[in-house]
Amino acid sequence: MMTAPVQTQTVDLVARFPGVVAAETRPGYTGFVVEKEKLVEVATALRDEFGYDLLTAVTAVDYLPENKMEVVYHAYKTTGGPGLVFRVQVPRVDPVEVPSLIHVYPGVDLQEREAWDLMGIRFTGHPDLRRILMWEGYEGHPLRKDWKEPFYEEEAKPFKSRWPEGKHILAEERNPFNDNLKFPPNFDPEKWVPDNEESLYAALKRYTVESEDGMNTDRIVVNMGPHHPSTHGVFRAALTLDGETIVGLKPVVGYLHRNHDKIGERNTFLQNMPYTDRLDYFNSMSNNLAYAITVEKLMNIPVAERAEYIRVIMAELSRVQNHLIFIGMLLNDLGAMYTPALYAFEERELILDIFEEVSGARMMCNYLRFGGVVRDVSPAAMHKIKDLVFDRLPAKTDEMERLLAENEVLVARLKGVRVVDAETAVKYSVTGPVLRAAGVPYDIRRADPYSIYDRFDFDVAVRQNGDMYDNFMIRVDEIRQSLRILGQAVKQIPDGPINSQKPQYQVRVPAGEAYGRIESPKGELAFYVVSNGKPNPWRYHVRPASFVNITCLEQMCIGTKIQDFVALLGMLDIVMGELDR
Amino acid sequence: MYGKGILKGLGVTWRRFWSTYLEDISWLLSGKKRYFTEEGVRHRSSKHARGIFTVQYPEEKLIIPEEFRYVPFLVYDEGEGGKKEVRCTSCGICAKVCPPQCIWIVRSNDPNTGRPIPEPTEFYIDADICMNCGFCAEYCPFDAIKMDHDFEIASYGRNVYSLEKLLKPASYYASIRPENYAREEEARKAKEAAKAAKAAAKPAA
Amino acid sequence: MDNEKLSLPQYDIPEDIQNAVAITTLDRLYNWGRRSSVWPLMFGLACCAIEMIAAQASRYDMARFGMEVMRPTPRQADMMLVSGTVTKKMVPAIIRLYNQMPEPKYVVAMGACASGGGPFKEGYNVVAGIDKFLPVDVYIPGCPPTPQALIAGMIKLQEKIDRQSIKKVSWYNGKTKEDTNFVPIPILGPDLIDPRRSAEIKAAATVQEGA
Repeated sequence: MMTAPVQTQTVDLVARFPGVVAAETRPGYTGFVVEKEKLVEVATALRDEFGYDLLTAVTAVDYLPENKMEVVYHAYKTTGGPGLVFRVQVPRVDPVEVPSLIHVYPGVDLQEREAWDLMGIRFTGHPDLRRILMWEGYEGHPLRKDWKEPFYEEEAKPFKSRWPEGKHILAEERNPFNDNLKFPPNFDPEKWVPDNEESLYAALKRYTVESEDGMNTDRIVVNMGPHHPSTHGVFRAALTLDGETIVGLKPVVGYLHRNHDKIGERNTFLQNMPYTDRLDYFNSMSNNLAYAITVEKLMNIPVAERAEYIRVIMAELSRVQNHLIFIGMLLNDLGAMYTPALYAFEERELILDIFEEVSGARMMCNYLRFGGVVRDVSPAAMHKIKDLVFDRLPAKTDEMERLLAENEVLVARLKGVRVVDAETAVKYSVTGPVLRAAGVPYDIRRADPYSIYDRFDFDVAVRQNGDMYDNFMIRVDEIRQSLRILGQAVKQIPDGPINSQKPQYQVRVPAGEAYGRIESPKGELAFYVVSNGKPNPWRYHVRPASFVNITCLEQMCIGTKIQDFVALLGMLDIVMGELDR
Repeated sequence: MYGKGILKGLGVTWRRFWSTYLEDISWLLSGKKRYFTEEGVRHRSSKHARGIFTVQYPEEKLIIPEEFRYVPFLVYDEGEGGKKEVRCTSCGICAKVCPPQCIWIVRSNDPNTGRPIPEPTEFYIDADICMNCGFCAEYCPFDAIKMDHDFEIASYGRNVYSLEKLLKPASYYASIRPENYAREEEARKAKEAAKAAKAAAKPAA
Repeated sequence: MDNEKLSLPQYDIPEDIQNAVAITTLDRLYNWGRRSSVWPLMFGLACCAIEMIAAQASRYDMARFGMEVMRPTPRQADMMLVSGTVTKKMVPAIIRLYNQMPEPKYVVAMGACASGGGPFKEGYNVVAGIDKFLPVDVYIPGCPPTPQALIAGMIKLQEKIDRQSIKKVSWYNGKTKEDTNFVPIPILGPDLIDPRRSAEIKAAATVQEGA
């Protein structure tokens, strides 16, 4: 059933806070500018009076020419509808200080730490403002526009040394340290005292209780990762344990921080497309979609009709294989080594075959272009898609369910083990299947439709208990709903051109900002792009689902047993490429 | 009944186990070879795949689709007497569009006149930077750079490819991407015919 | 290994015992044993790790090469498959793992990132190739290498193992671990400090001041 189109509600913040809030006036920008001193008050009103309960993204932009810095907030309602942008502008003089919103929206915790780490914005009132992606002691805030990386060559690509000058020099040879290194002048490595992560352990220390019932008890600090077979990559968690019970947890991330934001600002708009493949490397098609939507918003161009269908087909196939792998890997984490994972990988391979046939690569598809897709889906590939969608995948989903869903050992392990409740999930900006398993029917495909999802008949999968079993089963439900969408899409797909634009490698993007978001298999994936009319984005920010979802990890884990930690982490379905960027 | 769910699951694995042998027998009865044949690999990559799923590389290889892309290579046409007519004109579009900037092109100058000639003296691709995105091949206006299908290129050292290593004949390109090659040749012939028609029309006018 | 591969061709074996007897050298036998049981470290860094898992899974099945026993502990592993982007923050952990691996040990750089920095080479937190720290045996280009390309790389590694001689290998020559393959662990400073290069770094930092 189609839902009624969501009414665009205009929030009159200016009238509610005269003199404090001003409407944004720059062309291409929307939202409100809030006075720094009243930020917390305005945010509280937004949450409590206007109903914007889900603060999805916090990021900063360095406007070097105007000599100011801006913190941008994107707030949404879990009941659906468009979002609201509000921002704070501060002069670019150190220390750059902005009040923290952590007591209004606890979900900003890690994102504010990221803005501190990469932009050097000090959030006053944040209880644990440490670097997050880089390490303590690292020199400088890399995303500031006047900060240059060690292999800095030019402000923006393409580099002249490639063409027309064309001299093959390794980047190392241009660096004074003959490597990807940059040290302050007169630095002496012998005298350097490493940080030893004292601040991390200090952050954990507040959970330490020395004495109980006259008996002295010690809390144990356990580091899991970054090399651990069940942390889905190079994730690390520092845990404080009381016996087997987790009493404190801090995620330590950044072990796969590949500087997407900085590289993205050197790239041209099109050059970012293959980089987005490498964010959530299970779902390159979804990443492409989110980025294409964002830039198309900025460029204000239509998408070819056939391409819209192809995009939906690819994104949903991607979701199916992601959830299958989720089930397989979760069972691996729980100790059912290999069998479910191997079964899941078979179906994934068949889906990847389709990706390979249409785009040329199994994982790094780089398939979407602004205005459409790169090449048409051949009739043979379409036939293969139909084979999978109508014949094979429904049967295999049933088989997967038959294999696992009633297994008494699995049910005993999963049922009743709390993951997260609805209230906490919304507070901590959790999105995706985890939020829906907790009973909040928030799916961006329905709540704030993008592409052509409003044309399809599907249900938003919801489960009520928010325990591990629901989190597991909701993936099966979502596979079924995706197959429903796929079935409609392959039947309805029209013939026609696959791109509304001419193929061009240098696109013209007018100045302005855009926030494009999609329901990726892991939650809300969004890009925040600021253009100043040049061929390269001024700001390119990824709002990854995994990174924001682990803000809640501490809340989820406290009070549970250590042996549930791996399963809980598995439930969030994190992927490090996206988490660390 | 407690244990019913486990039995149900075991039923799935049981069926999966036997289907390999059932499939083997049915192929045997129909007189076809299931292993080490293209037909067998195709069957195992289709919706009918049942039982064993493994493609035993290197004895068997997966069917590589035409659009598959690995590292790029440069196309040359075989001229008279085995002369390599490099299609590249060193226009630099591939180097400009390359996202990780892994292409270096040294342009050529005529030794006598000093004017640039449309052919590269040197062409470097750092395969240890290349992200196989395919932009260079997609935006090349001369069909001079294409993405290779050869993935068996592991080596004992770093991989910076020079012009010599990158050049491959057009016949090789035609063999790995027949449909693309045919389409491009047709477009090129149409273009040449139009040019010839224009040239023929000019003196008449 | 079947009989033809194991037997040396220069020895004539009577036909009636050909299926029972093989004449070979100790080297060949030793290398055959090692090449058929290369246990990788269960260790994934980034995108390439997913293709590594796919290569272990149903379709490619690295068990056919004796490489399915992924060991989570470095002490039981023979090969470190560096599958993905090596970041400065991660490299101390990787070196620690490498130092704990017993000889003989091999390092395979899977994909562009591990080989030379890859598309992220220009990033400030990226190590431009693991060979800046570890001796790499096989480089597999590709971003990411497909599972078949990975297996092709593994076959290349097996060929390398085949060529080693028990008389010359470094792990029997009586040297201690410290003077063979021990790599000092990098320190996270204002940037990544390689202890082997600290004098060089100091000199370059001083010159930088002068310039």
